[in-house]
Amino acid sequence: MNLLEVKHLKKHYATHKAVDDISFDIRQGSIFGLLGPNGAGKTTLLRMITGIFYPDEGSILLNGKPFDPQRDTPLIGYMPEERGLYKKMKVGEQTLYLARLKGLSEREATEKIKKWFDKFDINSWWNKRVDELSKGMQQKVQFISTIMHDPKLLILDEPFSGLDPINSNLIKQEIFNLAQQGTTIIFSTHRMEQVEEICDHIMLVNKGHKILDGSVKQIKQDFKQGLFRIGLGVVPNAAQMATYHFTIISIHENTVTVKMNEDSSTNDILLHFIHQNIPVTYFEEILPSINEVFITQVQQTEQAPVPTAAQQPA
Amino acid sequence: MNKIWLIIKREFLTRVRKRSFLVVTLLVPVAFAAMIIIPILMAIGGNESKRIAVIDKSGIFNNQLPDKRGVYFKYLPGANLDSLKRHYQAEDYSGILYIPDIDINRPAGLEYYSKGQVGISLETAINSDINNVIERKRMELEGIDKSKLDALRSNIAVEFKSGDDEKKGNSWVAYGVGYACGFTIYIVLLLFGTSVMRGVMEEKVNRIAEVMISSVKPFQLMMGKIVGIAAVGLLQFLIWGVLICAIYTIIPLFLSPESIQAASQGSMMAQGNHAEAAEAFRRVTDVVDSINWSLLLSCFTFYFLGGYLFYSSLFAAIGSLANEDASDVQQLTFPITVPIIIGIMIMMKAVHDPGSSLAVWGSIIPFTSPMVMMARLPYGVPGTVPYWQLALSFAFLIGGFIVNTWAAGKIYRTGILLYGKKVTLKEALKWVIK
Repeated sequence: MNLLEVKHLKKHYATHKAVDDISFDIRQGSIFGLLGPNGAGKTTLLRMITGIFYPDEGSILLNGKPFDPQRDTPLIGYMPEERGLYKKMKVGEQTLYLARLKGLSEREATEKIKKWFDKFDINSWWNKRVDELSKGMQQKVQFISTIMHDPKLLILDEPFSGLDPINSNLIKQEIFNLAQQGTTIIFSTHRMEQVEEICDHIMLVNKGHKILDGSVKQIKQDFKQGLFRIGLGVVPNAAQMATYHFTIISIHENTVTVKMNEDSSTNDILLHFIHQNIPVTYFEEILPSINEVFITQVQQTEQAPVPTAAQQPA
Repeated sequence: MNKIWLIIKREFLTRVRKRSFLVVTLLVPVAFAAMIIIPILMAIGGNESKRIAVIDKSGIFNNQLPDKRGVYFKYLPGANLDSLKRHYQAEDYSGILYIPDIDINRPAGLEYYSKGQVGISLETAINSDINNVIERKRMELEGIDKSKLDALRSNIAVEFKSGDDEKKGNSWVAYGVGYACGFTIYIVLLLFGTSVMRGVMEEKVNRIAEVMISSVKPFQLMMGKIVGIAAVGLLQFLIWGVLICAIYTIIPLFLSPESIQAASQGSMMAQGNHAEAAEAFRRVTDVVDSINWSLLLSCFTFYFLGGYLFYSSLFAAIGSLANEDASDVQQLTFPITVPIIIGIMIMMKAVHDPGSSLAVWGSIIPFTSPMVMMARLPYGVPGTVPYWQLALSFAFLIGGFIVNTWAAGKIYRTGILLYGKKVTLKEALKWVIK
């Protein structure tokens, strides 16, 4: 079931189209990666989904119903890229205030905050002022204040920036836990290794347009280039490698990387080595990393400007 | 509604709990009390008394100089000036007044010796006392009867009555009250307006604004802040009111009734006799009674809140345009502070001439009305300020507040989330029209 359905969303500013006709769906309980270079329109898109901006056109369905920012804010938790807390407020008061604004009663909010503070082992911070905390500590507080009202849809804009590896891991683990419990998560980032590790599904945007959208597995399949890495029992000579079925990309000792020809199959390659009487110790397909897909796709869209981009003033 | 209440509560509590709130709230009445008590203490003379040695070679001044307010003249007819100069301090004199054998028609050579510089009040007192004695002596010599001259002297005041009920008014009391009210409103507008602006800037620069706006509407955030700060202001005025009343009731307990009487009548007695002082007193109480305090107080509350609400949303809008660089804001506040300053200038004119057309229009146009109208009101309603003017002023201020808040809300909504770009006022006004 889709928790969020976005249809033909548009947001135009005076000088440019920040989001230009983007549609996508997010399944409940999935972790959805929103990728794109700086200025691609990610933040504008997220701000429309959180109800901060009204879209110029298009619709957003949350839980199958049209999104109503007033009614639905308790369902959403949003951590913007630029973190912000009231510096002079005490940590406990601050989180309580934000939870109350999400519609929790004072008792309920206190209970939930206590639970999370226990979990993150920061109970002693309750009476500290925010500006007495380190940046990493503030991030933790910010994360808790984003999730304490048990949102159905959690939107995290670069959640790991500024965190040390230990806290990064803690938050990552929490993201997995929440997803398992059914929370749907939108995760916006530039950090591709995190995307591969965390996300089930990704969408790539650039210049306000959706460039691609799919599961991480599927995208890797779609963008594979027929590359294989083959471990051989002996170091082959050039004559032994000559075949119609593949072209050699590189040979390093007894490991060769080849590109399979389009009308050949993996078995054709294996048969070739069997016929040559060269033992194959391993055979693996090289799939592109999301990073590679990202870079090539962004470069392609930069080179071939999308129609609307042409109308932009320089 | 619940959310805006939470915001109001936070804005209110964070400010009220600050130490500076307590300090300001308590210091103002203390300063106020000091302003009342110190002149009274000074008038009574306090504990410090001055003994002045008088060496009078002319014989005119013997026992003629009046002892008053802690200044006592001691006449030492046979004393030698040079020897007295050496040990007058040891004999507990604060100074020596030396009067040579003068010609009454051409007095000269009067001198006063003291260790330190004498104060201006003592200097004036001694000069006027000496001159009084000389004048009296000359009159005697010319054969003018002093009591006859006093009887001829005139010191009456015209009773200025206004309105259909011929209320007595004293423009000096109205002037003082009007000036104080107008000036207080001016301070309130600037002080609380900038407080709103700084609050908005803080939210924007701290980046909490985006987190907040994912939970509440920008308009709720803005109004919550404005109302919260207004509540702080009202509380402050309430505390001041209570403290001032308390101080007024406490002061007489510390001072004996006679001393208050003496203090307040002292200056008048110098000018005339008892009857005149009593008459002047009666006039003052008449005028104080002639001011409709309940009307003035409710109007003050209205113009305090109305003026604050009128301007604070504009200050909030300007705050939302700020970036990390605070100097941008200085420029942007200019268009708001200018009408406030013009307001205080018109107010200063209006207290002198509350019926002038500048004062009338200044008290109707909402940019200046809170200050100017407060300056005119003590002169009387409906005498000086007809009901229609008051009604028009009220209506315009409420209307202006609604228009401003609507426009400011639009600027605020866009500005609060806009980073890294310097926004000109022209652009911001475009957001309003859009």
